[in-house]
Amino acid sequence: MRRSVGLLAVLVSGLLTSAIAVAGEQKLCDVPEHLVDAEYAAPQAAAAIAAKRLKIVVLGTFSSVTGGPFKSYPTRLEEEMAARLPGVEVSVKSLAKPGETAATAEKMLEQVIADERPALVVWQTGTVDAIRGVDLEDFRIDLSNGIETLHDAKVDVVLMNMQYSPRTESMIALGSYAEAMRLVAVQYEVPLFDRFSVMKHWNENGTFDLYAATKKTDVADRVHQCIGRLLGGQIVEAANMAAKPGKDGN
Amino acid sequence: MLPAVSAERDLRLDLFRGLALWLIFLDHIPSNMVSWVTIRNYGFSDATEIFVFISGYTVAFVYGRAMRERGVIVGGARLLKRAWQVYVAHIFLFTIYMAEIAYVAASFDNPLYREEMGVFEFLKQPDVTLVQALLLKFKPANMDVLPLYIVLLAGFPPILWLMLRQPTTALALSVVLYSLAWHYGLNLPAYPSGTWVFNPLAWQLLFVFGGWCAISGGDRLRGLINSWLVMVVAIAYLAFAFAITMTWYFPPIAHHVPRWLSEWMYPIDKVNLDVLRFAHFLALAVLTVRFIPDDWPGLKSRLLRPAILCGQHSLEIFCLGVFLAFAGHFALIELSDGVGMQVLVSALGIAIMVAAAAVIAWYKKVEGRSSGPRPRPPDATLAGGGA
Repeated sequence: MRRSVGLLAVLVSGLLTSAIAVAGEQKLCDVPEHLVDAEYAAPQAAAAIAAKRLKIVVLGTFSSVTGGPFKSYPTRLEEEMAARLPGVEVSVKSLAKPGETAATAEKMLEQVIADERPALVVWQTGTVDAIRGVDLEDFRIDLSNGIETLHDAKVDVVLMNMQYSPRTESMIALGSYAEAMRLVAVQYEVPLFDRFSVMKHWNENGTFDLYAATKKTDVADRVHQCIGRLLGGQIVEAANMAAKPGKDGN
Repeated sequence: MLPAVSAERDLRLDLFRGLALWLIFLDHIPSNMVSWVTIRNYGFSDATEIFVFISGYTVAFVYGRAMRERGVIVGGARLLKRAWQVYVAHIFLFTIYMAEIAYVAASFDNPLYREEMGVFEFLKQPDVTLVQALLLKFKPANMDVLPLYIVLLAGFPPILWLMLRQPTTALALSVVLYSLAWHYGLNLPAYPSGTWVFNPLAWQLLFVFGGWCAISGGDRLRGLINSWLVMVVAIAYLAFAFAITMTWYFPPIAHHVPRWLSEWMYPIDKVNLDVLRFAHFLALAVLTVRFIPDDWPGLKSRLLRPAILCGQHSLEIFCLGVFLAFAGHFALIELSDGVGMQVLVSALGIAIMVAAAAVIAWYKKVEGRSSGPRPRPPDATLAGGGA
């Protein structure tokens, strides 16, 4: 099984520039490909890559905040993108704030676009909204408005859903919020990074023990490393889809 | 002259409510493979619709009779007493939930999940949280059905009064309220923010419709249910809903759904009982009633007895199911979450529900026989199971 996956990786490596260099380490983060398929293209990111300068902004909540006790995924994303796109100047800036809802993130979008002029925004959201029980319809409208604002300003979006947390799974009703995000992603044809399914897969496969109670940051560090890596792969795939129309990953 | 309510209790109601209780239990265990068998994965509606409809039906059946025989005041008072019982049950469940969450909050620490710890915030201000819970504004995950039911029961006496005289007017008013709730976005407020997960102003439609079927509509609809055309439409709609549902689980085929269709169809609103969900439930109900007659011998078979038993004591079994779902999830994450364990926890949970229903049935029977010189009101056992 592993071997055939490896073989497949070699076969498609022509599409994924320099994927082989990190293939060894990638095993660690392994997830079935359909979990991280881009589905939709990222034309602005493709144009930025062609222009050799790609700026990404991360919006979100606590799990996207950089400069914590470990390297969180925005930092890892920058490393990953730089490795995948030699010769392109990649910068990833996290503007995430703890406790931010989709509504508050949506309100700061215009400012973010004006200040940062990113080619792509990774919009991680959902957890805080689910905990607070924000009205589902409001959540959907805020997401839609945000994506429209970004698209009007010619900025690509990748939505990122919640973390999978086995301990609090029965206490936070994530389901309907995750579903709303999936629906909005399909509606606006933007890629969705399904962090929830990815982490759940790791937990089920024993890649990471997400249940452990610990103060140590080693697992958190590796989880974020993998998320940064997979997210980077998805963004590059979405950009490739835009650059080579017809070769969409379906 | 008030319309007569048929005297026989329809075992199909108990059967399907019992099954709905099992499905709700399975759906409430997070990450449970076994929940793939539940109907929500194959169409728009889920077990909640079945539960609310059948509850409306039985409530109108039982309390409608009380109202006709003992008067509006007594019938209405019994309804309110039932609402009170459900309220007490809900608060009891809430206490169990608090105990679980407080335990997890005290033992849980992981830098990866600092965000998720936010769900424990409310433990820091019990003064607010407990009052909001008593007001039914603060409702933890998976504890939204009983508050809906409480509101529906408490608001039902005047509707039932009207329904016994003008059944179709009552149903029409219900449709009007449903439309108003949709048009003006009316819903009850929740704490800390947002609105109710099951909007009572919208879901009442299904409840009142159930009541209408019990009081008068059942006979009126017979011709429609037996019509060949209705059956074809119902089957076609179920097939359509099945196809759409599959696109949710296999995103690549979602591209085949025409854009105009998804723009018209989505979002399929569970909060406000989307018309698509209501229609899906109707289609299921029509086929069920058509193919399973009320004198179907299978209803007396030993095989279906467990589900019928659960359906006859639905309040107790519902509460037990919510608790077992907590406990089951706890067992899965503490011990092992392998597929085998998921099957075991699911089967064990249903077995416990059935055993509890059997004990309750036995106890009610014993009590009924030995209760002193004063005979119990004739609908007592039905009322016990009637909600």
